Amino acid sequence: MVRFLVQRILSAVLTLFAVSVLTFLMFFALPRDPVSGMCPKNCNPERLARVRQELGLRDPLVSQYAGYLKGIFTGRELGTAQGGRCDAPCLGWSYVNNEAVTDTLARVLPVTLSIVVPAAVLWLLLGVGLGLVSALRRGSWLDRAAIGFSLTGASLQLYFVGAVLMLVFVYTLRWLPVPGYTPLAEHPVRWAGGLVLAWCSLALLFSASYARLFRAQLLETLSEDFIRTARAKGLGRARVYGRHALRAAITPVVTVAGLDVGAALGGTVITETTFGIQGLGRTAVDAVRAGDLPTIMGTVLIAAVFVVLANLLVDVLYAAVDPRVRLG
Amino acid sequence: MRVVGRSPGQLAWRRLYRDRTAQVSGAMLVLFVLLALAAPLIELAYGIGPRDQFQDRLDASGMPLGYAGGVSGDHFFGLEPGLGRDVFIRLVYGLRTSLFIALTAAVLSTVLGVVLGALAGYLGGWLDAVLSWVTDLTLAMPFLVIALALTPTVTLRFYGPRDAVPAAFGVGVLIAVFALFGWTGTARLVRGQVLGLREREFVAAARASGAGLGHMLFRQLLPNLWAPILVSFSLAVPQFVTGEAALSFIGVGLTEETPSFGRMIYQSLDYLQTDPAFVFFPGVTIFALVCAFNLFGDALRDALDPRSSR
Repeated sequence: MVRFLVQRILSAVLTLFAVSVLTFLMFFALPRDPVSGMCPKNCNPERLARVRQELGLRDPLVSQYAGYLKGIFTGRELGTAQGGRCDAPCLGWSYVNNEAVTDTLARVLPVTLSIVVPAAVLWLLLGVGLGLVSALRRGSWLDRAAIGFSLTGASLQLYFVGAVLMLVFVYTLRWLPVPGYTPLAEHPVRWAGGLVLAWCSLALLFSASYARLFRAQLLETLSEDFIRTARAKGLGRARVYGRHALRAAITPVVTVAGLDVGAALGGTVITETTFGIQGLGRTAVDAVRAGDLPTIMGTVLIAAVFVVLANLLVDVLYAAVDPRVRLG
Repeated sequence: MRVVGRSPGQLAWRRLYRDRTAQVSGAMLVLFVLLALAAPLIELAYGIGPRDQFQDRLDASGMPLGYAGGVSGDHFFGLEPGLGRDVFIRLVYGLRTSLFIALTAAVLSTVLGVVLGALAGYLGGWLDAVLSWVTDLTLAMPFLVIALALTPTVTLRFYGPRDAVPAAFGVGVLIAVFALFGWTGTARLVRGQVLGLREREFVAAARASGAGLGHMLFRQLLPNLWAPILVSFSLAVPQFVTGEAALSFIGVGLTEETPSFGRMIYQSLDYLQTDPAFVFFPGVTIFALVCAFNLFGDALRDALDPRSSR
């Protein structure tokens, strides 16, 4: 177990390192002049020169990258215009926002968390529940309805669902306020009211594929020998399904859920755009539009961290959930 | 009674042909492809081009006159608020863009995935290790943000900030980005299949008679892999349709003059309260397209896999 964990963590670190190198190259080395994008059209040449100087773009690429990495782990000294000392997880300074990138991310991360975490709970419950019902009542009208739902959901687009939901619940029925973000600690009801449509549309789309996956897995598991053995031993239905079948059938769902949640935490770009909520995804998109390289780097890195962490977690959970998995 | 032998291909074709879902979704796909191919002809018959503006049919605030966003005999799906362009003909051309990008990207990513996956599975060793690591790496990159950031960067590499960028270049970059990010799924699938096939007798026999790498991969292994490759291809196309729409939705890749589903929906969101029909038509069209592809892909999988029973 320890050996497996160490191996996985090492490969995760290596992946993160590679993502950072790739992103760095993509954004700092590929463009002809990284700074010109950072400065709007009416930007004066002095400011351009100063930005270039402060970002250290004249230095060799390797030392630029080393400086960036050093900033993440130990903090670094930036120019006075960049706010001076930049503490440990330092991701650089954004000229567009006039703010340290770490501060920007710290501000928008709770927004994305507030969208993704409740939505994920909702979509897992809905997906697994539907899959369970339709596998256990195979061929019934419930099963048909669940299959129809999952086929429709798999082909729907988030922006369309979001638009329809907004049109119905916000503009026509006026049951909900215009979507937006209020911190949970400030006003829990307003927090939920502003985000509930985002949760529902994400849950609607995601639970469709989970229902399908879980149904197929459960049906396959139920036809396996160990289930027959469990039945033959005289175990009750609840025990056979709950303890034996569920644990074996849920592993693929755990994998997919881990990947999905990890990817969503890195920014739900489409959801945030549709509902006009400023989370990680919108921040990344705005940064790209403004040519704000340090912010782009920061958002890409944090998204990669989430995906890699989720992968790691899934591997560990696998062993815990499925008794058949042996680590070696 | 005479017993007629049928090849697995013929059996699969018969199963597909008899499947009602496959019939309906297949017919819809054919219709969509025909619409896309015949776009210039439809423009001729319809008498309106994708860039024609009908300002006289808008009211003072730029909203289309009449019901449901100006739906009428002249304008089947109504008009865009603001510019007053015809929604129907723009959707037909959007379909063309969307299908062209999705199909090309699916072909490219499938070819890449098959070659790399087969190589990794057959040769194993360090190549296999590198490939599975690259797959993990691709998964760890936030696709939308990277694609969003990469497109202008690549464009700037080839064109100056003030040059006019041809529309075809944007399409090309988009296809390249999809192919670059999309091959890993197919590669993983093909690798798994090849790992199983590698130990079979016919492979050993071919190797013993001195077959080269190319012959082994493409003449011996590939013919056994058509079914999973076809299924993964048919499911990749709707993913790229959605991907193109999503990217256009957040505003990358295609320039304003290229009609696209995603861009239309993005523009239409501003009019959600005032002109909901403008959101409705592109949304339903893309839903129907993706749904047809998904259903057909499912039916194809069932037809190709004799053991599967839904």
